[in-house]
Amino acid sequence: MNLDLSRLQFAMTSIYHFVFVPISLGTVWFVVGFQTAWVRTGNQKYLRLTKFFGKLFLINFALGVVTGLVQEFQFGMNWSDYSRFVGDVFGAPLAMEGLLAFFLESTFLGLWIFGWDRLPKRVHLATIWAAALGTLFSAYFILAANAWMQHPVGYEISETTGRAVMNDIGAVLFQPASVAAFVHTMTAAFVVGGAFVAAVAAWHLAKGRDADVFRPAVKAGAWVILIAAVGVSLSGAQFATVMVEDQPMKMAAAEGLYETTTDAPFSILTIGDLSGDTATPIIEIPGMLSLLATGSTDGTVQGINNLQAEYVQQYGPGDYVPYVPMTYWSFRAMIGFGMIAALYALWALWRFRAGRAPAGRAFAISTGLVTLLPLAGISAGWIFTEVGRQPWLVFGLQKTADGVSPLTSSAEILISIIGFFVLYSVLAFVEVRLMLKAINAGPPGEVNEDPFGDSQQDSDKQLYFAY
Amino acid sequence: MDLVTVWFVVIAFFWIGYFILDGFDLGVGTLLPLIGRNEVDRRVLINAIGPVWDGNEVWLVVAGAATFAAFPLWYATMFSGFYLLFFAILIALIFRGLAFEYRGKHDYASWRRRWDAAIVVGSAVPAFLFGVIFGNVVGGSALESISGDASNTDSINYVGNVFGLLNPFSLVLGAMTLTVFATHGAMFLALKTSGSVHAVARRTATQIGLVAAVFAVVALLWAQTFSGRVAITLPLVLLAAVFWLAGLAMNVRDRNGWAFLLSAVTILFAVAALFLGLYPNVMPSSIDSAFNLTVTNASSQSYTLTVMTIVAVVMTPLVLLYQGWTYWVFRKRLTSAMIPVGTL
Ligand code: HDD
Ligand code: HEM
Ligand code: HEM
Repeated sequence: MNLDLSRLQFAMTSIYHFVFVPISLGTVWFVVGFQTAWVRTGNQKYLRLTKFFGKLFLINFALGVVTGLVQEFQFGMNWSDYSRFVGDVFGAPLAMEGLLAFFLESTFLGLWIFGWDRLPKRVHLATIWAAALGTLFSAYFILAANAWMQHPVGYEISETTGRAVMNDIGAVLFQPASVAAFVHTMTAAFVVGGAFVAAVAAWHLAKGRDADVFRPAVKAGAWVILIAAVGVSLSGAQFATVMVEDQPMKMAAAEGLYETTTDAPFSILTIGDLSGDTATPIIEIPGMLSLLATGSTDGTVQGINNLQAEYVQQYGPGDYVPYVPMTYWSFRAMIGFGMIAALYALWALWRFRAGRAPAGRAFAISTGLVTLLPLAGISAGWIFTEVGRQPWLVFGLQKTADGVSPLTSSAEILISIIGFFVLYSVLAFVEVRLMLKAINAGPPGEVNEDPFGDSQQDSDKQLYFAY
Repeated sequence: MDLVTVWFVVIAFFWIGYFILDGFDLGVGTLLPLIGRNEVDRRVLINAIGPVWDGNEVWLVVAGAATFAAFPLWYATMFSGFYLLFFAILIALIFRGLAFEYRGKHDYASWRRRWDAAIVVGSAVPAFLFGVIFGNVVGGSALESISGDASNTDSINYVGNVFGLLNPFSLVLGAMTLTVFATHGAMFLALKTSGSVHAVARRTATQIGLVAAVFAVVALLWAQTFSGRVAITLPLVLLAAVFWLAGLAMNVRDRNGWAFLLSAVTILFAVAALFLGLYPNVMPSSIDSAFNLTVTNASSQSYTLTVMTIVAVVMTPLVLLYQGWTYWVFRKRLTSAMIPVGTL
């Protein structure tokens, strides 16, 4: 009971945190880009874009921050036996994230928000660069921590305490699984950020507003989607080979492949219950799974049944198969949603070629919908990764069932689930409305006051930016 | 000093940093309607902490994460055992953080009133509950090995319920942190503003500061009964009391910088005394001292502690430097005339 509740709670809060995070990770670089362009060219257009997307970024970032707070403490709250067992190793990247990333992000963002009229132009530009760098560090360290759960390295089991003890920080931080997860997640976040920017800009174009400002923004967004999508695919393919080495069961579950197969095909759609005998693949790409898993179309991919038997030998009796329908469909949702967005970006760039700017409502609405696809895709990717790891919490070392807090009562967990659920629902509603309002308000008019213009030391001068 | 002791000091350092820094912005939030008598004044208050509150809150994240890395058993036992208190703190901090960001984004009075309430509750609840949590750490809580084997520290858990955490000592300590942070916040406002807000903030600091003194004396003297080394902690506590009174006197004389500095030093001495009295325990058991979590039985191994020491030694001065620079950039006093009309 506690186990299921804690899993539900972790899944709910993590998925929610990771709605805002990829938007932040992607969008912050647009703000950086626009502001850098403004400082270098002095073109007002870029200042207006900076202000506009900066504001949207901040609305989103606020929710990323407060939901991150929950993430930080729930390892101890709900997963205390996990925390005892792995703290020696897993705590280190988390603490580094705080020291290197969160301080950087939060401090320099404060300077950026309030520093418009207090800092010299270039120093102010540097603050948003520093904050953006902070988001990169943040992603790296947390992904390294997660990669360690997927594939524990650089540790030994202590003879005296029976706990995992770190013996190689380099291995923990820089193992292939960490690097692959970082590159793949960041490129995916750029797809999300590009789609966000493109959609917002297309919507304004459809309303016939500020075409001079928003036309370049749509194009910038679409290009980023396209380039990042290529990056996601390449890094995903590379990630898959790492995964097959670390967790072959996850790849078998991703395809619902029960028997070890050479020349394994990749099915795009399947009907039936995927339990091994009745499922019927509808569309298959021959050899594709082998190619993904091994790098060659006639490579051998291990099946679920073999792996199960192997794990029983290695780890003792038990069920080592993750929930196959979830892994199967989330894997396809991840790739599919991302690729649709890429095709769409291609089409959008075509329609914007040579000075054109499609202004129809249909274009705006479809762009808006496409924004949501990469977000769904990136979320599906994480659900795949985490569900595919089950029943392990730390692969090969600790099962999810053994990590949960032993004495925390179901009532306590239930109270917190309901509390977070209600709060998160209300916040989602507030956030969407605020976001729409801010999008609708559009960028500030021609800003005639250059915020850095005259730095009069008049104490009655109004704050340039105020809460 | 051996590494575990170093890390005990590091953890104490981050908590003290958190209490001094977020202490004042929790205090400002708690006093929002009291010092901010009208909309413009309230915006002065919020803008006074606007550039720094998030950076201050990260001290909490780092205190938590550093505990996880250096003393996993402490982190695991405290957060799972004091579950509902941390849950309440999280909910409060979520409301508070969003309120700063969102209250100015609509121009309805009712919208702002609601977010103002979120700021007050979201600040006062953590300010109080951190005291309660520290009371249970310092004063001991119902820790027991659930496998029955005291030498198996992995199975030491908090076996009580939430009502066991709301004991008189902890409640008094909570009242102390709540009122001390409020005073600290008022002194910060006196330092950072001029005009009407400045005057009200000074008056409030004196009034709440005297109440805080009473709670602090009771709580800190009571804490001496749990202290492992009264010979050091008692003088520290007495010094803290002297600093507090000196701070209040400076406040009365309108020496705002000194007043704020002295209240910060008070927090430093008081919290340092609590940690010193706790050492070498990190979470003593009120059931049997055999179940105490200590710096040795709750800690990570020396490899991890060495790595983390290097990271902390390199990063902490940098953090202090750029956070210090932020305070320098925003050193100018705010007045209501500086608040632009209308929303963003
Ligand atoms: C829009 C987002 C998006 C898109 C289009 C893709 N991915 Fe992905 N994928 C993610 C977003 C994502 C993710 C959410 O970012 C994950 C979850 C964990 C992680 O590190 O990245 C992920 C994980 C992930 C994993 C799991 C690794 C593990 O659990 O060990 C594999 C094997 C792939 N991806 C492979 C691919 C391939 C072959 C793709 C396309 C050809 C692809 N992904 C497109
Ligand atoms: C941000 C993207 C993430 C998402 C969307 C996500 C999602 C999920 C989901 C859906 C589960 C439940 C799986 C199941 O019970 O079948 C889960 C479990 C878990 N994840 Fe993640 N996760 C993310 C990142 C992380 C990271 C970065 C860490 C660690 C640093 C982590 C640690 C855990 C832990 C400890 C569990 C345990 C609960 C369990 O296995 O059921 N997750 N996550
Ligand atoms: C389950 C593990 C996770 C934990 C413990 C965690 C913790 C946190 C915390 C405490 C914050 C707030 C920092 C502040 O106060 O400024 C935060 C925000 C953030 N987190 Fe997470 N996080 C997790 C998952 C992730 C993942 C998987 C990523 C990226 C891949 C990520 C990236 C970020 C970023 C970029 C922010 C800044 C806020 C934003 O961009 O919206 N986090 N996280």
